[in-house]
Amino acid sequence: MDALSRIPQLLVYGIVSGSILSLGGIGVSLTYSILGFSNFAHGDTMALGAYLALALLPVMAQLGLPSGSLGPLSFGWDFVASLLLAAVGTSLAVILLDRLLFARLRDTHRITLMIATVGVALALRNLLQFVWGPQPHYYTTTIQRAILIPQLGIRIKPDQIFIVAAAVLLALLLHLFLRYTKMGKAMRATSDNTALARVTGINTERVILWTWVIGASLAAVAGVLVGLENKFITPELGWQMLLSIFAAVILGGIGNPYGAIVGGLVVGISEEVSTAFISTGYKPAVAFAILILMLLIRPTGLLGRRR
Amino acid sequence: MELFIGIVNYLVFFAITAGTYGVLSLGLNVQWGFTGLFNIGVAGFYAVGAYTAALVSGPPPDVWDGRVVGGFELSFVVGLLAAALVAGAVGFLIGLPTLRLRADYLAIATIGIAETIRLVLKNEAWLTNGVWGLQQIPSPLHEPIHQGAVGFVRARPDLAPWLQDLISKAYNWFYLALVVFVLVILYLAMRRLARSPWGRVLRAIREDEDVAAMSGKNVFAYKLQALVLGAMIMGIGGALYAHYARFISPNSFEPLYGTFIVWVMLILGGTGNNKGAILGAFTVWGIWAATDFITGYLPFTAPQAAALRIIVIGVLLEVIVLARPQGLLPEVRRRRHLRRPKKTGEADSPPP
Repeated sequence: MDALSRIPQLLVYGIVSGSILSLGGIGVSLTYSILGFSNFAHGDTMALGAYLALALLPVMAQLGLPSGSLGPLSFGWDFVASLLLAAVGTSLAVILLDRLLFARLRDTHRITLMIATVGVALALRNLLQFVWGPQPHYYTTTIQRAILIPQLGIRIKPDQIFIVAAAVLLALLLHLFLRYTKMGKAMRATSDNTALARVTGINTERVILWTWVIGASLAAVAGVLVGLENKFITPELGWQMLLSIFAAVILGGIGNPYGAIVGGLVVGISEEVSTAFISTGYKPAVAFAILILMLLIRPTGLLGRRR
Repeated sequence: MELFIGIVNYLVFFAITAGTYGVLSLGLNVQWGFTGLFNIGVAGFYAVGAYTAALVSGPPPDVWDGRVVGGFELSFVVGLLAAALVAGAVGFLIGLPTLRLRADYLAIATIGIAETIRLVLKNEAWLTNGVWGLQQIPSPLHEPIHQGAVGFVRARPDLAPWLQDLISKAYNWFYLALVVFVLVILYLAMRRLARSPWGRVLRAIREDEDVAAMSGKNVFAYKLQALVLGAMIMGIGGALYAHYARFISPNSFEPLYGTFIVWVMLILGGTGNNKGAILGAFTVWGIWAATDFITGYLPFTAPQAAALRIIVIGVLLEVIVLARPQGLLPEVRRRRHLRRPKKTGEADSPPP
């Protein structure tokens, strides 16, 4: 099979992994624009969400939620409930972390905060490894049959359609939130100019709280979806995606959540399609190449504002 | 007595590793401590140094090796200089697109370069032998010193066993002296640089880039020089590691050992203070070794113990950042030429 005929299938994979990158990227972008620093622990926040869902899955089944498969999907209502509760749990963990650590460093140099996030990344990842071990864990061992679409020459699994649909739904909800709610407007104002927002009476600490909640919730969902797509989770899953997420965020224009969505899709698709032309071993380097290219050509990103 | 000798032998081994980390920490101090460059890809420069030294000074490919080039068997010193040059060149290339931008971009780009270097080491087997790594990297003067010590012990069987044990480990003492020699040279050079006009410009850039630029300094050029110099020192650290470990593989340069621990060392020791950089390396490596000792007594599996040790390092970093951000030895700020002692009642006057 020659390289070109594989491209439609790789595009499908790219859209699926790009949707996950977009969800991860939104949190990085929001933290950057509202709190003013790059959060290198965001990947490991995703992994935390993935593991919380893993821990909640048997609890949900105990509570009587049906674990039978939902139609053609590989999971049941127990998984959906775990996914939502994992988002809540991850948000609580991140808020606790903010109170213990980041809030106390709010007035220091932003690089100090970035160093702190590097420490959090390291500690969080190893906390997961301490509790669950380095070996892979599985949400389900059900084997799913892919749907064949011969006209397009692609096959796609129902779970992958779920991943893309979930990402689109969450991006839409985020858009409505930022656009039409009072808190959303306050967040955009704070992102534009924190000092000015504070003067106009916006409670910036509340804005920061919401930023963490949205970022952590989307990160948790992204982490669980990675597990669904890869079929397993390891403590490294978030760290391995961090470079791609940052490439996506910078490509779209750092600080712009819509840019993160576009950037996520572009990076996801580029990474997958690249495997038709170069060794799969270099897939992680594709994100890096996009990053460097973007920094050379247009550091403000596709949707970024000129500074 | 045996126990004591065992401890001494361990301490020598410990000091060799800690001293190598001291070199990395000094390199990071030039970048982060002096200039404020946020490099979280130390492992990449470290790896490039180690592989360069191994390829320049190591043996040619063996029959079962996957690689086809390298192994020039040149002297240790040539390998050390080559390691510095190649690591510096990588620093130059990564600095060009990133140093005009905000610190975040350099940070992300350095994570990227460290990961990409690891991918190259894994995938380009013709050069690096892939995941099998490079083996039989010669330790300088190993044959004469080790054979000499062993021969000396054999010729005197009446020596006490502990003395035999001590003498037969003579090579480690030699290597420790070598590491300390390199470390002292680098320390003196960095101290000289920190006090030079060049070092003052770096600190001015760290404190406020715009002010430095207003004073007519080419901020980008200075940052690039600092990044390259730091990378060269990290490359030397890599060479010291390769020649002692004698075997290197892509796994030797994971972000934990290659990057994060070095950061914790520098921040604990004192960002911007060369003595602090070295003190931090020995302190953190001591804590790291102690956690290995302690977790051995705790009822955990090996992966759990490993994870717990890293959690300790992560928490240590947060505690320093919160409680003592200036580190054990804070940066020495020399101001005596700028400010005259002020007498009570005397109005502020401009410095003479």
